[in-house]
Amino acid sequence: MNQQSWTDRIPWTLVITLAAAMVPFVTSRYYVDLATYIAIFAIFATSLNLLLGTTGLVPFGHAAYFGIGSYVCGLLMGELKVPFLLAFVLGGVGGAIFAALFGFFCVRLTRVYFSMLTLACAQIVWAICFKWNEVTGGEQGYPRVPMPDMAFLDWLPVSGRGLITAKFYLVALVLAAVCIAAMRRITKSPFGRILNTIRDNAERAQFIGIDVRRYQLFAFIIAGGFAGLAGGLFGIYKRGVFPDYAYWTKGAEVLIMSILGGINHFWGPTVGSAVLILLNGVVVSYTEYWPFVLGSILLFLLFAFPGGLLGGIEALYRRLRGQANA
Amino acid sequence: MLEVKNLVKSFSGFVATNDVSLTAEKGKVTAVIGPNGAGKSTLFNLITGHLAPTSGRVVLEGRDITGVAPHKICRMGMARSFQRTNIFPKLTVYENLQAAFIAYGGQSLNMFGVATRQFRDKTERMLDSLALDDLAYNIAGELSHGAQKQVELGIALAGDPSILLLDEPTAGMSAQETHESIALLDRIAKERGLTLLFTEHDMEVVFSISDKIAVLHQGRIIATGNPDEVRQNDEVRRVYLGGGKH
Repeated sequence: MNQQSWTDRIPWTLVITLAAAMVPFVTSRYYVDLATYIAIFAIFATSLNLLLGTTGLVPFGHAAYFGIGSYVCGLLMGELKVPFLLAFVLGGVGGAIFAALFGFFCVRLTRVYFSMLTLACAQIVWAICFKWNEVTGGEQGYPRVPMPDMAFLDWLPVSGRGLITAKFYLVALVLAAVCIAAMRRITKSPFGRILNTIRDNAERAQFIGIDVRRYQLFAFIIAGGFAGLAGGLFGIYKRGVFPDYAYWTKGAEVLIMSILGGINHFWGPTVGSAVLILLNGVVVSYTEYWPFVLGSILLFLLFAFPGGLLGGIEALYRRLRGQANA
Repeated sequence: MLEVKNLVKSFSGFVATNDVSLTAEKGKVTAVIGPNGAGKSTLFNLITGHLAPTSGRVVLEGRDITGVAPHKICRMGMARSFQRTNIFPKLTVYENLQAAFIAYGGQSLNMFGVATRQFRDKTERMLDSLALDDLAYNIAGELSHGAQKQVELGIALAGDPSILLLDEPTAGMSAQETHESIALLDRIAKERGLTLLFTEHDMEVVFSISDKIAVLHQGRIIATGNPDEVRQNDEVRRVYLGGGKH
């Protein structure tokens, strides 16, 4: 008697990936570029939601691990000629190691104090990236991150300069799909359920034998690792790594994406990143007052759908079904 | 068996628990009663490791557990329910109990399994024994107060504890709910041979199911004994039972 709704039986990761893989063949290079951005931020935002929606922690400094991943991956590829996939994985490892280091202290505090401490840690990372000229390139960043070769995709029927964009997009898309599938697996695992109990009621979780801080730290490390992976891809996408990748506003962007899409749904952050990035792409081409438009849209959406876009759709679906049954 | 020996807890000068000694015997029902502010909740928090005592000891089945972290005490076979209902409100009833089995069953770190497939038999048996079958897929936080208390009891029982501490198990319940939940508690305690230690405001409940009653007043125990002895005790009548209403 396992109650499952029909939507759970659809292999969403596969469906979305296949649909998204069509983008280079049906649209222009501009949209392929936006789609790459979305794929990368879908990883980043979903990693944040492992803390926000799954564990009930609100991190203000998630950009730190994104930034660390981008520097580790970018510098390894540019300076030490490390192959792409290895550098990508090491970017994630870098994010996870720093998340373990900072997280150890952050999970000792709760609620807003936790949030502020994660912010402080992110500012430390940003300051180091900004000042450590010899390694990070300081304020100017490190603009020599090479594009991986990806010759195995040369058969793609895309011409000219669009080819490299399309190749990197497909690689980023597959990696995003793997990362997101892994995070989905973790969210639905027994470990994920324990994180849910901590989110719902940390005190009660203690009394079923859960060492709450330890599990929060594990969640923090995993989230930091995936943020690092996203950062690595972003550095390549932008052909360079810069201190503002680790600046706290980058973390605020994914926080907004998650809330916009709906933090109580696994796919909320992915939907949120797609909507926000597409909106940005469209609105910026019409007006320079993008932040004003963004603010208005967010205000409207948050009032109309307090549970985010997916929360709103779910409520609508339930109401329609309720009417059909009545 | 749970022994509390000369337990003292003071909060910056205020003595909330004053030299309390108490034994909850195996398989027996022990009640701690007393007026508001007598220190019942503090005593429970000291026993479950939520607060560290200023002095004194707490011994569970011969092991000294004074100052041990709550999540560790809980693994030694002590379960607790709370005065405020304490469940996982956004999860369904099924998921609540399943989560407790996952935690007690040592699967908390399993990141590759599927949570919904864990401990289904045990979860369903627990739902059945608590008569929660019909509510299994409801969001726990949206249930009636009485049903939430039952979910909480289920979470506590999932660890197959040897002793169960209940802080006002019938607080906020209707007369009907109180009656049902006490009957349920009594049955489950007998079935499992549980040691029960509980606080309660409802004197009818206390005197009907307790084997032993300890009366707490201003942080001190002023009387201990079986229900008849406590009922006859002059000091208890004076400070608490209101001059022989019972």
